[in-house]
Amino acid sequence: MKVAVSATGSDLTASVDRRFGRCPWFLFVDGASLDFEALENKNADDASGAGTACAQLVLEHDAEAVISGQVGPNAFEALKQGGVKIFIVSEGTSVRDALTHYQNGKLRQMEMKVL
Amino acid sequence: MIISVASGKGGTGKTTIATSLALSLGEVQFLDCDVEEPNAHIFLKPAIYEKRVIGIPVPKVDESRCTFCRKCAEVCEYNSIVVIKKKVLVFPDLCHGCGGCSYVCPEGAITEVEKPIGVIERGSAGKIDFIHGILNIGEPMAPPLIRQVKKQIDGNKTVIIDASPGTSCPVVETVKGSDFCVLVTEPTPFGLNDLTLAVAMLRKLAIPCGVVINCADIGDDEVVKYCEREGIPILMTIPWDRKIAATYSTGIPLVEALPHYTSNFLGLYERIRKETT
Repeated sequence: MKVAVSATGSDLTASVDRRFGRCPWFLFVDGASLDFEALENKNADDASGAGTACAQLVLEHDAEAVISGQVGPNAFEALKQGGVKIFIVSEGTSVRDALTHYQNGKLRQMEMKVL
Repeated sequence: MIISVASGKGGTGKTTIATSLALSLGEVQFLDCDVEEPNAHIFLKPAIYEKRVIGIPVPKVDESRCTFCRKCAEVCEYNSIVVIKKKVLVFPDLCHGCGGCSYVCPEGAITEVEKPIGVIERGSAGKIDFIHGILNIGEPMAPPLIRQVKKQIDGNKTVIIDASPGTSCPVVETVKGSDFCVLVTEPTPFGLNDLTLAVAMLRKLAIPCGVVINCADIGDDEVVKYCEREGIPILMTIPWDRKIAATYSTGIPLVEALPHYTSNFLGLYERIRKETT
C-alpha cells in the first residue's frame, strides 16, 4: 500500500504542501512500514499542466492514494480515472501526522462536482 | 506598415486611439486582436460579410492500437496527455496543437481532430477592412486564434492592430512583427508600472515604440520623466475630457465626437512614420 504525499521537504518531518502539481517534493510512503522514497518534483515550474504531469508520476508509482492540500480539476480527473483516492489536509499538517490520520481513517476524501 | 496599439495597463484608451487613428487615415486594415473581449467593432460598426470557425488540432487516440508506451505523454510540453494502465486521457484545454504526440507515436494510434476555439469575422467599415477574432467563452488559449487573425494582414496596406492589455502571451503574439507599437498609458503610478513592463516586452521583441498619454492633465509627471530618461518619444497627449468618456460609453469614436482631433491623429501617424524611417 503506497501513498503519495505532496510535501514541502524531503522527509516525514516536512509539511504537506498545499499544492499538488507545484509542490517541491513528492514522498511515496509505504503505509505500513513508513519507508519512503522522496522525489523532487521536476514539473513544479512547468508553464502548464503541472497537475496532470504529477498525476502521471503518481500513477507510474502505483500509489493507491494521494495526500495533498489541494488538487486541481485536471489532476483530479486523471487520478480518479486511474483509481487513486485523494485526501485533503489543512495547511501546515506534518506528513507524519497526515499519515497517522490516514491510517486511522480520519482523512476526508476529496470530491469534485464537474458542472 | 503594421502599427500595433498596446498598453500594459488596461482601460487606458487603446481602442480609442486605435479606432480613431484608423478612422482618421481612412483606407487601412484594422485588426482587433483582443480576442478575449473584442470591442473595436462597437466603434467602427463594420458590416460583417465573412465568418470562419477557427480550431486547433488536438489528439484523438485509437486505444485498440495503443500499447500505452507513454511516448506521447513524455513529448507533450504542456502535459496534456496522461497515460493510465489501459487508458489514455487527453486534456484538450492544455493542448497547444503542436502535433508532437501524433509524430512520436510508434503505433500510429494518434490522429488529430479539430477543436473549435473561436471565430474570425471580416467586414467593411467605410474604407476600413475590418477583421477581428472572438475566442469562445471559457477557452483558455488566445494565441492560436490571434495568429489566424494576423494571417489576414494585407502587406500593401497600413495595418492598425488593437491588442489586449498586459504583457502576456496574447499581447506578445499580437505585437510580434509590428513595425511600430503605440503604448497608451495614463499618468498614474499604475499606468507607469505597466508601461515599464510593456516597454521591456517590446525591447525584447526589438519593436520600436512611442507613448500616447491619455488623461494627460491628471496624475503626476512620472510617466513623462520616465519617457525622457528612457528616450521613448511621447507621440501625443490627450487631456481628461468628460465628453470623450461620455461619447465613448455610447460607442461613438473620439474623432467623430470631436472631429478636430482628426488632425492630431494624422500628426500621430506622421510621427510614427518618422520614427520608423
